[in-house]
Amino acid sequence: MTVDSTAARKPRKRTGAKKPPGGKPDPDLVQLLTPEGRRVTPSRTARSARTSRTEGAPAPQEFAEYVADITAEDLRGLYRDMVLTRRFDTEATALQRQGELGLWASLLGQEAAQIGSGRATRDDDYVFPTYREHGVAWCRGVDPTNLLGMFRGVNNGGWDPTANNFHLYTIVIGSQALHATGYAMGVAMDGADSAVIAYFGDGASSQGDVAEAFTFAAVYNAPVVFFCQNNQWAISEPTDRQTRVPLYQRAQGYGFPGVRVDGNDVLACLAVTRWALERARRGEGPTLIEAFTYRMGAHTTSDDPTRYRASEEREAWEAKDPIARLRAHLESEHHTDEGFFAELETESEALGRRVREAVRAMPDPEHLAIFEHAYADGHALVDEERAQFAAYQASFSDSTDTTATEGSR
Amino acid sequence: MAVQKLPLARALNESLRRALETDPKVVLMGEDVGKLGGVFRVTDGLQKDFGEDRVIDTPLAESGIVGTAIGLALRGYRPVVEIQFDGFVFPAYDQIVTQLAKMHARALGKVKLPVVIRIPYGGGIGAVEHHSESPEALFAHVAGLKVVSPSNSSDAYWMMQQAIQSDDPVIFFEPKRRYWDKAEVDTEAIPGPLHAARVVREGARVTLAAYGPMVKVCLEAAAAAEEEGISLEVVDLRSLSPIDFGTVQRSVERTGRLVVVHEAPVFLGAGAEVAARITERCFYHLEAPVLRVGGYHTPYPPARLEEEYLPGLDRVLDAVDRALAY
Repeated sequence: MTVDSTAARKPRKRTGAKKPPGGKPDPDLVQLLTPEGRRVTPSRTARSARTSRTEGAPAPQEFAEYVADITAEDLRGLYRDMVLTRRFDTEATALQRQGELGLWASLLGQEAAQIGSGRATRDDDYVFPTYREHGVAWCRGVDPTNLLGMFRGVNNGGWDPTANNFHLYTIVIGSQALHATGYAMGVAMDGADSAVIAYFGDGASSQGDVAEAFTFAAVYNAPVVFFCQNNQWAISEPTDRQTRVPLYQRAQGYGFPGVRVDGNDVLACLAVTRWALERARRGEGPTLIEAFTYRMGAHTTSDDPTRYRASEEREAWEAKDPIARLRAHLESEHHTDEGFFAELETESEALGRRVREAVRAMPDPEHLAIFEHAYADGHALVDEERAQFAAYQASFSDSTDTTATEGSR
Repeated sequence: MAVQKLPLARALNESLRRALETDPKVVLMGEDVGKLGGVFRVTDGLQKDFGEDRVIDTPLAESGIVGTAIGLALRGYRPVVEIQFDGFVFPAYDQIVTQLAKMHARALGKVKLPVVIRIPYGGGIGAVEHHSESPEALFAHVAGLKVVSPSNSSDAYWMMQQAIQSDDPVIFFEPKRRYWDKAEVDTEAIPGPLHAARVVREGARVTLAAYGPMVKVCLEAAAAAEEEGISLEVVDLRSLSPIDFGTVQRSVERTGRLVVVHEAPVFLGAGAEVAARITERCFYHLEAPVLRVGGYHTPYPPARLEEEYLPGLDRVLDAVDRALAY
């Protein structure tokens, strides 16, 4: 069969070509808070969630039970998390514009997906992020300024992953899904009842490593949750360039449940992730969660989304903003007063200031840091090269002009 | 058992058994390593004795094997991974180069990756395509990895012990055509350092440096040369990252001539690095340029041609003659 005949047999049909202005309507999702901030009634949940889950996922009204214990104070806490995460993110974008960071990958719009899922984790769970999980890092207690070192170029990670059970950011897309699965296999072998969660995006869903992670997790029944933030865009490529089926449905082919949740609904993300983590802890194996959300900003500060998507689309998603949605809910339920928002504003500004000052004060590493930690047990060649480099640097030390050393870098 | 004469594959088996016995965190992973005992039987009987959680038959996915091994290492395990054949490692190359090699440095030393990746490598067994390659330079070139290759049963046993104890990832190249060669293994010996080269035959006129399967070829070449009255020294490099240049240097300072031999293509191979370093260190001792004998810059040929492609005794001695002609 020639390539031509194959092409003739399968004419290309662009089913996704007819997009209404302002983007496509949302598909069915597990949702507990509407974009207007109203709690979703069980009957509506039942209707909406019929086509948002595969075999093995609970009936949608059961998800509400996973957040039945959430108090007004908890809701205010989730709101605070999202606001402070967005403030941190905005500051980091500004710091990049000021030349303090080389690059920044903004999470703008994905706060609910990250805070909801991040707050579902327990201290002894282990998190494997991609590189945009600033909100999850916040939930894990990682100091936000630690996240900035790699974007400033003073290190390639720089935090202790074991301090908060929050692994380093992984830039090569999808690789961490396998690390999470292996770690979860180890958790099961240890007989521990903790769980592991792997974050990745719609683009990563095309990576072989993600497919292999699904296979390994399934056959070893590993206690891992695959949390896919489908933010609709992999740099310039829409999700229909990655898949022809809804992403959560991929789970079915591997033999574990998949659920699509409203990724801009912090309560629904919390509920669905709690359910999935509890399944993992009970030894019921992996789950795929597709959090349907939107990357409101550029891919990174180096990207220009105006080249590939219409501003109407972003505007449509702004109406579903995760923070505005929870605020509307808090206000309509009288869970807050003006003092709460004012205090949070002050706290938010203080965080921005602290991050700004920390980044500006972040020193360049010592030159010899190049050679540090290349190996755990040392390596003869690295030792030799370090000594040569040090001697070369020292050869400038006679000069009273220290800029000579600087210039030799 | 102390001293026993064992085939190289069996020495590896005994070494893996010892590691499984002494360290509960050691796990073996790979395709067919469990019930079957590996296609070369290196893991024979280990799953039966240590269980399916310690000797893990994996899905047929090399990136998945190495990627999950990384996760297990982060959890505190010491995975020993088998890649079934040299030519099958490339689906895992990204995980090895991008993740395994760099993670310790990215974490500023806060995590360790004690993963051993066993790769049966090299030709000479009449195999089909992708079963006879020598990709060691592709790994030695990557900072963060250590690369070793034993040439005999004793080294196979002890270097595997040391590789598993290493807190750095080690790519362990096993010379598959030597799997059946027997030699004495003293399991109570005190081994030398993992990354030290060793003079395995002393000689005066030319140094031959080799590793893995080519050490035997060089020893045979030295024996043949001796009959013609030419005394050759043979250095077993044993480790390709790091390379023990000092041992080679001391040899070349006495002989004045060096021929580096490997199955891998000569172009940008380990021999190129040895030649460059030894030329720099021994410039005034050298009586001839450092010569290299190895594979050609071609895909590994079909089995009926591999005898032409692989360096044999005659090609090694031809290089010796050329070195002596200067």
